[in-house]
Amino acid sequence: MRGIISWGAYLPYRRLDKSQISAFIGQGGGRGTRAVASFDEDTTSMGVEAARLALRSAEGSASSAPEVLLFGTAVPAYADKTNATAIHAALRLPAEVPAFDMGASVGSTAGALRLALSTVGNRLVVTSDMRTGLAGSADEANGGDAASAFVIGEGDGVVAEYLGGASITEEFLDRWRTPGEIRSKVWDDKFSELTYVPAGRQAYKNALEAAGLSADQIDLVAVAAPTARIGAALASKVGAVKVVDDLSATIGCTGAAQPGLLLCNALENAEPGQTIALVVLADGADVMILRTTDRLAAYTPARSIAKQLDSGAPLAYGRFLSWRGMINVEPPRRPEPARPSGTAAARTTDWKFGFVGSRDSQTGDVFLPPMRVSSDGQRTDQMEDAPMADVQGTIATFTVDRMAYSPSPPIIFAVVDFDGGGRLPIELTDTDLEEVAIGGRVEMTFRRLFTADGIHNYFWKGKLIRG
Amino acid sequence: MASHGIRDQVAIVGMGCTNFIENWGASLDDMMIDAANEAYASAGVNKDDVDAYWFGTAQSAMSGIALARALQLQNKPVTRVENYCATGSEALRQASYALASGAYDLCMVVGAEKAKDTGFQGLNAFPIPNDGTARTLTAAAMFSMIVPAYGNKYGVDEETMRAALSHIAVKNHFNGARNSRAQFRKEITVETVEKAPKMAGTLGLFDCAGVADGSAAAIVCRAEDAHKYTDKPIYVKALSFIAGNGGGLTDPTYDYTTFPEIAACAVDAYAQAGVTNAREQVAMAEVHDCFTPTELLLMEDLQFSARGTAWRDVLDGVFDLDGELPVNPDGGLKSFGHPTGASGLRMMFEAFLQLRGEVPEERKIHSLAEGRKLALTHNLGGYPGEMVSFISLLGAELD
Repeated sequence: MRGIISWGAYLPYRRLDKSQISAFIGQGGGRGTRAVASFDEDTTSMGVEAARLALRSAEGSASSAPEVLLFGTAVPAYADKTNATAIHAALRLPAEVPAFDMGASVGSTAGALRLALSTVGNRLVVTSDMRTGLAGSADEANGGDAASAFVIGEGDGVVAEYLGGASITEEFLDRWRTPGEIRSKVWDDKFSELTYVPAGRQAYKNALEAAGLSADQIDLVAVAAPTARIGAALASKVGAVKVVDDLSATIGCTGAAQPGLLLCNALENAEPGQTIALVVLADGADVMILRTTDRLAAYTPARSIAKQLDSGAPLAYGRFLSWRGMINVEPPRRPEPARPSGTAAARTTDWKFGFVGSRDSQTGDVFLPPMRVSSDGQRTDQMEDAPMADVQGTIATFTVDRMAYSPSPPIIFAVVDFDGGGRLPIELTDTDLEEVAIGGRVEMTFRRLFTADGIHNYFWKGKLIRG
Repeated sequence: MASHGIRDQVAIVGMGCTNFIENWGASLDDMMIDAANEAYASAGVNKDDVDAYWFGTAQSAMSGIALARALQLQNKPVTRVENYCATGSEALRQASYALASGAYDLCMVVGAEKAKDTGFQGLNAFPIPNDGTARTLTAAAMFSMIVPAYGNKYGVDEETMRAALSHIAVKNHFNGARNSRAQFRKEITVETVEKAPKMAGTLGLFDCAGVADGSAAAIVCRAEDAHKYTDKPIYVKALSFIAGNGGGLTDPTYDYTTFPEIAACAVDAYAQAGVTNAREQVAMAEVHDCFTPTELLLMEDLQFSARGTAWRDVLDGVFDLDGELPVNPDGGLKSFGHPTGASGLRMMFEAFLQLRGEVPEERKIHSLAEGRKLALTHNLGGYPGEMVSFISLLGAELD
């Protein structure tokens, strides 16, 4: 049996109430909210967070260790340089595990999922996207930011078995943008709908045949489409028992992250023994059909979509625009950070990307960053690795810095004492000052601190544990 | 482990100090020339009389050449010194040891910083290539964490903490208003302090020291030679330095209510000088008031106040200009600003003037007349948990 062993969906913390948009800019907006990646997130860092959740959920499943990492996004943080390697480093995967980017289109992630489902060996599929568009545009209001990840493999650990799939490929102008631009352009919504719906129906029919099922045997259908309207048009025609919420009213259309996100949502709303059809409309149509196993009953997502929907916090539209580089906000009059050193970073990959300190094997003292010499100075190189990314901590004291450089000042900063030892003074993110208190609980999150000379400076920050 | 000190072996026989201001019209060289010439004149020596030079600057220049070129020194050894915000003090420490060793007979120490040419607020360190994981917090934010930690530990409510910190700011500006070399020469009120915009944590603008350009210089010789140059030499009683190992940043037992490096440095300095009761024996102290809570904690780490009581001594006026143990009688970093390489020598300049009875009447302290004989200067550099500490004790009489 081959299929999904675990999944993880990551929703960024901030939500933009779309009614703010037209009040501010005089057009656009609408009802509901969309998810917004923080100023210190990008598709790579969100991919890390989703993958951490998926791997945490896979713990305990025998032989689920990923053998290949596939990363898909329409907004890669780097061109030329592989982005999946940063995810690989943050997850501390063995060097022997290859990490590949899937190309910069929405459809690439459907491809990553299908490739992973229809091959052999364990695959970690990570998908992530940030949707922007110009101020007041439909893409801005209806887009969303999110990431998802799946561990796909064989054996008893499978919670959703892959039954079969099909694709219809179409070359036509639905939406496009040249690399580096922040806005996509759209030819004609109606043209897109009239192209996608027949392609989707054909792929759906072919997938049912491949899976040996009839339409009425599908319990849940999830449709990832460029717009909610196109998705709904297709969903109404396939005859499934239930359509999975496409999250367009709360999170938005999350582009390359959407197929994975909606599959996560389907799995989180499925019972054991149900069939799920995932339809992806992106430059054609891809359909994947899965059946949940009995093992699903015992499966608890590391952090469910429902829980993340409940815990989001509002974001002012002005902040959203500045985070996306649409308006420039006066920074503190302090020097901008210098670019990180490539060679220095290469020496500390485990610390910088994996948040691994060192633990004195005699005293148990934890050092962040790792040290070679014991705290009494007497012993050298008697340390073991202290992986701290998944260790929680408590705020010993904190402050707010209104002068330090930040892409989004002010900086909230806390001295964090980790459970079981170790202390680090570190920036808190996704946090409002009034929430912070001595004794508050903190978990670590992978972020992009800043970008200098085109180098994205990835490292970890703390964030409050909520709920 | 020994720390013998060089009590009464070395004397300061001349000093100079520029005004500390945002000195847009003067270069680093200009300020060094002015401070050095004042010091030569103060000691009554010529450039050629000086055997060796120590030059402290944190990041305004590199190597001894910067001083040798500015002063056009003729084949003199010049050592450039950097040790964070204690740079100027450290330069004098090194020169003093060279004299005590017998290697030289007459040395000059120059500290200088051109801090205002960056165009940025605050002091900004050179970026040393790194992996991008180091903190980028301002010093104000790091020191602001003292306030809630101290209040919680000793049960001092926020209002009382605020009053103590404001008292420190008002006191130092009161003193600075009486000093023609200070950058800020206006007295301020508690209200001004408390209504100022917030910079970091609960610290407002007037809880933070300013930034300035400046230079200060000293001529030092062995004690036995001092009277060749002046009738009023100032003797070095103790020079102590500790470089912290950064343990406080990662040690969960560190609680942000003390600076362990400074407490240890004080123990060493007092042992070198034979001080058994700092509160009763020290006549005045120039301390590193980079932020008001820093000065509060220093009163305890320097053993002027018992743990958890400095706030009360501050409010009682113990450290005021007319108090029992005046602290920062020249106005401190608060009034002067902080040209990193010069500040330590600026503190010694005030000790030099006070011990020689050369300050104007309105800045005169009473403690010397009451039988106390020692002046203390103190620098720190770095942050709570990771700092360097320097302490000197100086006196006008040989023991």
